[in-house]
Amino acid sequence: MNRFIGFVKKEFYHIFRDKRSLFILFGMPIAQILLFGFAITNEINNVDVAILDHSKDATTEEIINKIAASKYFNINQIIEKESDIETVFKKGKVKAVLNFEKDFSKNLIKDHKATIQIITDATDPNTANTISNFVNAILQKYQKQLNEKITITYQIVPESRMVYNPELKSVYMFVPGVMTIILMLVSAMMTSISITREKELGTMEILLVSPLKPIQVIVGKVFPYIFLSIINAIIIVVLSVFIFKMPVQGSLFLLAMVSILFIISALALGILISTISATQQTAMMISLMGLMLPVILLSGFIFPISSMPIPLQIISNIIPAKWFIIIIKGIMLKGVGIQFIWKETLILLGMTLFFMALSVKKYKIRLE
Amino acid sequence: MKTILYIIQKEFKQIFRNKGMLPIIFVLPLLQLVILSNAATFEVQHIKFGYIDNDHTSTSRALIERFNASTYFDVLTNFPSEAIASSEMLKGDVDVVLEIPHYFERDLQKEKHNSLGVTINAIDGAAAGVENVYLTQIIQNFNKQLKVDLTQLSDQQVQPTQIETIPLFWYNETLNYKTFMVPGILVLLVTMITLFLSGMNIVREKEVGTLEQINVTPIKKSQFIIGKLFPFWVIGMGLLTVGLILARLIFNVPMIGSLFLMYFYTSIYILVILGIGLFISNFTETQQQSMFIAWFFTVIFILMSGLFTPIESMPKWAQIVTEFNPIKYFVEVMRMVMLKGSGFTDILPQLLKTLLYALIMNGLAVWSYKKTT
Repeated sequence: MNRFIGFVKKEFYHIFRDKRSLFILFGMPIAQILLFGFAITNEINNVDVAILDHSKDATTEEIINKIAASKYFNINQIIEKESDIETVFKKGKVKAVLNFEKDFSKNLIKDHKATIQIITDATDPNTANTISNFVNAILQKYQKQLNEKITITYQIVPESRMVYNPELKSVYMFVPGVMTIILMLVSAMMTSISITREKELGTMEILLVSPLKPIQVIVGKVFPYIFLSIINAIIIVVLSVFIFKMPVQGSLFLLAMVSILFIISALALGILISTISATQQTAMMISLMGLMLPVILLSGFIFPISSMPIPLQIISNIIPAKWFIIIIKGIMLKGVGIQFIWKETLILLGMTLFFMALSVKKYKIRLE
Repeated sequence: MKTILYIIQKEFKQIFRNKGMLPIIFVLPLLQLVILSNAATFEVQHIKFGYIDNDHTSTSRALIERFNASTYFDVLTNFPSEAIASSEMLKGDVDVVLEIPHYFERDLQKEKHNSLGVTINAIDGAAAGVENVYLTQIIQNFNKQLKVDLTQLSDQQVQPTQIETIPLFWYNETLNYKTFMVPGILVLLVTMITLFLSGMNIVREKEVGTLEQINVTPIKKSQFIIGKLFPFWVIGMGLLTVGLILARLIFNVPMIGSLFLMYFYTSIYILVILGIGLFISNFTETQQQSMFIAWFFTVIFILMSGLFTPIESMPKWAQIVTEFNPIKYFVEVMRMVMLKGSGFTDILPQLLKTLLYALIMNGLAVWSYKKTT
């Protein structure tokens, strides 16, 4: 036991001696949480639009003012002819052009009908569609004003209640994701590197001939990282609660337990990676290239899993991060107890055991 | 010149000798491009929808039928009570619940006005907003239908004024999300591979101790650096080529603009990334450190690049920060040239900024590289 403690101490020395890595290790979660909280949002606002007004009368001016007053739009320029649309789109700044037909007011009075084209740069389909919907909503409201005198018969109004996130803050969606990404990548990358590093520098041989059992070597290697990852998790939760007012509705104890389970599963994955790679370079590339994008894209962090094609939805099941995100959203935002998330927790536990078993099987105590 | 050729030869040999790395450099990125581009979509479909029908009349059934017919909603079940519905929502099995009150039809006929209770899981705020829009649209259409069904002719005296909107989606009429994401993800993969490889390369020689051996040879600083970086530049361009072919063949992404312009821009862009990689490896002692720093910047660059989330929605200060993000320019240029056919003058600002960036980064990298330790 004494030997083991000595070994763990050595590992801690290794980590604390490397100030630069340590800085990244703790700077990363802070930088990401702040970025997501303050800068990054998947809402759409301040979109630059251009106006092509063929009639220039009182009604179109009123509509243009309404568009300009909305927080979603920002009138970038007024263009004069159809061919300019292509030019502004190619420059890339303007995302939509509103094209008012000729004699807009006159048509509205005479035929009770006038037309506006909403031309959007649909290279970004999501933005284009949203712009189109927002402009429509503004026009509908204006139209209602025009038609105030006419009573509308039979009206059903939905009264929507947004639960768990009434202000529709996107940070609620991102915090669980950032936490998952950081824990996953940091844990998997650090363990895989620190083990292959010993292999590459030749010190693994020394460890293997030492009286320490292989299992002790591995546990000793992983132990400091469990500790560091827990600190990271605490930093993230504290930042999100105090700066972004993210609620923790459920039990903190449960949150801590599940986070530790997830950290262990990521570390086990890191050990697995280290058993199959010979150099630090390989280990790093596998854990960075192989894990970063799948974890960002397939875990439901930014993109909803239910919108993906069926084969990808099936693949997403083998990403531990997906289950962890479901669990922390459940605990933090919905306030559920273990009875609602036992299934996800069991899956995560199963994955952890699987990674461990596989790496024990692959672990070689002899060098080639 | 000959010296450089030998160094390049050595580097290529080292790359191709490491059999474990080859699939990671060449296969993994392309596999990810093909698979993950399908995952990146903000479209909201297959919304898990449940309802509580307390009314059981032909009107309430007709309303539910509307949701059944919609492609956006997957109608799950009729929940017998609100308690069961909210417990299902806690479990995550349903995202939108519509509650039709008792005597819905009777009250509607009597008062001509009625309301419905809707509960939406808003953890993903943006999706919840869209779900609300779809739901409102369905109910509004239903209202119109009601008018036709239940209104007597005498009600329609005044013709309402109507502003008609015609949405036109240029460059991507079907709103196909993949044509938007594929160029972006390709940019990312090219960046990640070249940055990680160049960032680790020199520091690896330092760590293993072979850098000293090279330092005592008569190789000049500039020769060494050019020889070191050129192979990664080639790999980056190669990845771009294969990626573009895959984008065309598998995803049918349009390539309206000039291919030459794309390659020209990329050739400069990769220099920026290699400069950053070299700079990092000059300032680090171990591969672990250098990877950590590279990773730190990559994640921030990716998130601030406008690849997944729009830059114009960010606050002003964050938009200024993105000006220093090379990935942002690459993403913009690729999307502009490929999808819109923007020409040389359209991308000139991005091109000049990238060029400047390349000069500064490589200047710094060469300056900070010292042959003596």
